[in-house]
Amino acid sequence: MPQITYVLPDGREETVDVPTGQSVMDGSVRNNLPGIVAECGGSCSCATCHVFVDPEAASLFDEPIDEEVDLVEFLEGACDRSRLSCQLIVSDACAGVRVVVPATNG
Amino acid sequence: MSAPTAGRVLVVGGGTAASTFVSLLRQAGHQGEIVVVGAERHLPYHRPPLSKKFGDPLVGPDTWLREAGFYDEQGITMCLAETVTELDPKAFTVTTDLGRVLSYDTVVLATGARPRQLAVPGAHLRGVLSLRTLDDAELLREAVLAGSGMVVVGGGYVGLEVASVARSRGLPVSVLERENRLLARVASPTFGDVLESRHRERGTRILTGTEVIAIEGDQGRVRRVYLDDDSCVAADLVVVGVGAVPCDELASAAGIECGSAGGIVVDAGARTSAPGVLAIGDVTVRPRHGGPPMRLESIPSAMEQARQAVAMLTGAEPTTCEVPWFWSDQLDLKIKIAGIVEQPYETSLRGAPGGASIALLHHRDGIPVAVETANANADFMAARRMLASATPVDPRRWADRDVSLRELALA
Repeated sequence: MPQITYVLPDGREETVDVPTGQSVMDGSVRNNLPGIVAECGGSCSCATCHVFVDPEAASLFDEPIDEEVDLVEFLEGACDRSRLSCQLIVSDACAGVRVVVPATNG
Repeated sequence: MSAPTAGRVLVVGGGTAASTFVSLLRQAGHQGEIVVVGAERHLPYHRPPLSKKFGDPLVGPDTWLREAGFYDEQGITMCLAETVTELDPKAFTVTTDLGRVLSYDTVVLATGARPRQLAVPGAHLRGVLSLRTLDDAELLREAVLAGSGMVVVGGGYVGLEVASVARSRGLPVSVLERENRLLARVASPTFGDVLESRHRERGTRILTGTEVIAIEGDQGRVRRVYLDDDSCVAADLVVVGVGAVPCDELASAAGIECGSAGGIVVDAGARTSAPGVLAIGDVTVRPRHGGPPMRLESIPSAMEQARQAVAMLTGAEPTTCEVPWFWSDQLDLKIKIAGIVEQPYETSLRGAPGGASIALLHHRDGIPVAVETANANADFMAARRMLASATPVDPRRWADRDVSLRELALA
């Protein structure tokens, strides 16, 4: 099962197993990690699961759909590494990916 | 800075507010017992799909907010299908319908709201449903799969979501609204009109300014709905969506302050008028951004209050209240609203009323107070940011699609 590393808002790092087919958001919620709020439960509506992903890692996930792009642009601290973690579906290729979780999801 | 806490924290209610609160409390390092007592037989589940997606199978891996093993792993005791019947804030105990008396150091009331019932003859016939719980949604799903003609009483968000699902399955649907327009209590007239015309285009029959006076059935099963102009509408299924009533009985019986229209009064730390008693979620009358306290029935509000309660208990800094926001899925529209639409305001439209996307910015003295959008994520997010920072807005520039949202929101 792929492992994903979450760099948490307080700087701690947590590495957890995330089953393939689940999202990076799911992995955070299942393990009760801080920082990813996920108000809408993963329907790409709320933009409270913002994470930063480096370009090499980002290429392992699907490109963002228009809805995600529109939601992300006006988030506090948004940049070209911004993604919504509910849209990052984990595959075997994602093993070892690191995501940085900001303190601004709520 | 927050510090780990100890003691027994007891949560009454098993919905989104409760599940979020207990998870965040463990996240914050709480070392004591955490016990949830919930009246429903289910683990906490996602409520929005009940009205938005009840045509699809309701129970699957995505149903639950957190899976069963989560609560065990986190050391959270879930007591389901058990109802707290009494709260004694002086003795720091609750009593349940199983006759148990549970003591606490802190109790969190997260009892939510229940659907308001229609006070008309026939409201208890079979086939007259309201929608709040997973079990309610299962009944509704069975009826819709059976192809029942549907009458929705109440043109609010829940009623219109239910109507959307039924229409998308080709069922005949009538929506009956007592006020002279849809969404009269919660949306601007302009936005209500846009939604009304979209629903009509999809073949939903909408009757406004009409009141249900009786429901009639054959052999205990609903057949028709009588209106105050003596007309009647045939129905195999009646869905009542006329608002919700806060489940504040435990608090009011214990002498805890409640609002004049119901709801437990709390501060921005989720504190009630009784020491050791907090309240979060739909049951509360809460402080909010941009106006006096009110009940906010929404997931984001419940989750914000869960954070506020944890911050209060762990001594973390309280934060200012967020701009309230709401979402709804109807037909092919993804609707998002931020702020509270309350008079007085002026409205500036971005997009055309009949267009694919629409964004209404409501402002008072040049300051945004609310935004209503359909299929306009970027407009919504930009406006929400403007609301939070009270960014002055030039209404003509908002209406002009050639002016970028960046210029408007990040100026």
